[in-house]
Amino acid sequence: MSQSFERRDVISIHDFSRKEIEHILEVSKKMVPIAKGETQDFSLKGRILSPIFFEPSTRTRLSFETAMNRLGGAVVGFSDPEITSLKKGETLADTIRMVESYSDVIVLRHPMEGAAKLAADFTEKPIINAGDGAGQHPTQTLLDLFTIWMEKGSVGDKNVVLLGDLKYGRTVHSLACALAKFGANLTFVAPEVLQMPKEIVEYVKEQGVSFNQSPDLEKAIGSADVLYVTRIQGERFPDAAEYQKVVGIYRVDNELLKGASKDVVVMHPLPRVDEIHPEVDSTPHALYFKQAFNGVPVRMALLALILGVVK
Amino acid sequence: MKEIKVAPIKNGTVIDHISCGMAFKVLKILGISDANVDSTVSILMHVPSKKAEWKDIVKVEDKELEPIEVDKISLVAPDATINIIRNYEVVEKKRVELPNVAVGILECGNPNCVTNAKEPVETEFVLKSQNPIRLSCSYCGRELEDIEEHII
Repeated sequence: MSQSFERRDVISIHDFSRKEIEHILEVSKKMVPIAKGETQDFSLKGRILSPIFFEPSTRTRLSFETAMNRLGGAVVGFSDPEITSLKKGETLADTIRMVESYSDVIVLRHPMEGAAKLAADFTEKPIINAGDGAGQHPTQTLLDLFTIWMEKGSVGDKNVVLLGDLKYGRTVHSLACALAKFGANLTFVAPEVLQMPKEIVEYVKEQGVSFNQSPDLEKAIGSADVLYVTRIQGERFPDAAEYQKVVGIYRVDNELLKGASKDVVVMHPLPRVDEIHPEVDSTPHALYFKQAFNGVPVRMALLALILGVVK
Repeated sequence: MKEIKVAPIKNGTVIDHISCGMAFKVLKILGISDANVDSTVSILMHVPSKKAEWKDIVKVEDKELEPIEVDKISLVAPDATINIIRNYEVVEKKRVELPNVAVGILECGNPNCVTNAKEPVETEFVLKSQNPIRLSCSYCGRELEDIEEHII
């Protein structure tokens, strides 16, 4: 291991080498029975996690809180910036300096890009980025990798199709980079206006993996091992007219999946709107709820590593 | 007899080998306008050059540049040389150097970058390539377009 995990910030997936990510996945696997409540482990007893969420979140916040509680730790934070001193004009820097004196690790979600790095500049306590605007969301990437790894046995040799809003969707940016780091074959399926940003495409190219860009989902799905679907997010669109042109353009249903391998798995960071038909939920292809559960063991692993109770 | 278009200066700075057409950008960086200088500022544009085909030159009398100003100039004129003149003599001559990390001299072009909020933090850009100059924000990761428009 090149660097100890203890007291480290988790700002971007790029903070970790492939070897380090593999270690996180191994630790996450050991956490699964504890996450399910089958066994008990209170190794974080007496430690405090502060989730500070300046943007709405369901899965990320709940799974972090569940992770901390499962390991015996406590949670003191907020998820409604309306009631905090931010409303009174407090800077993020000051909020962080206040929160650090109450807790051992801070989980931050913020609407502006770069907020997690800024927070880390102002505290010695570890900061975990739970999403900064359209920027990074590294723990989502780790749980996505964990889901593929657990389900498919490996990540490196798989054909992964990333579908939907590849331009504004932060999860697909980090995920594409991480998958490329592991040597997966990538296909980016999106209408041209929502294709992957050039810096991500450049990074993927630099990793030397095979990748394609196409608007044609039916063609791409034939050879896919993993279909990763994202919601086209109206709230991140600068122009409502542009949004109306592309919303609802792709829909994953059982008819479409007839053209796929029988082992293809469908993933989604959730929440979904209508991009995956509910009829898919009861098929063996649907992996998105399991993926949401995987947020717990992965975040347990990170907390245990960062707080130094697991090496 | 050699034609002298602009007389030598007694004290001050000569910024030579400015990329052709960038002289006014250099003046903007130095914050020079007719309202705020007491000495002469000479601008030579489209001057024949041995290194490149053409160049611009700026001479600022009675002013020696701060290191931060030199860093800013390197962003718009990476081949420029700075000559410090005292009593008609060149006492110091150096080439500008692009900083590997540019701190506090550029603003991020991403309006949603946290450095554009009212936070007590200096911007930071990492040099990704020298030619062409490519810089990315250490906070939001976005590559900066129109660099000269974002010099603080």
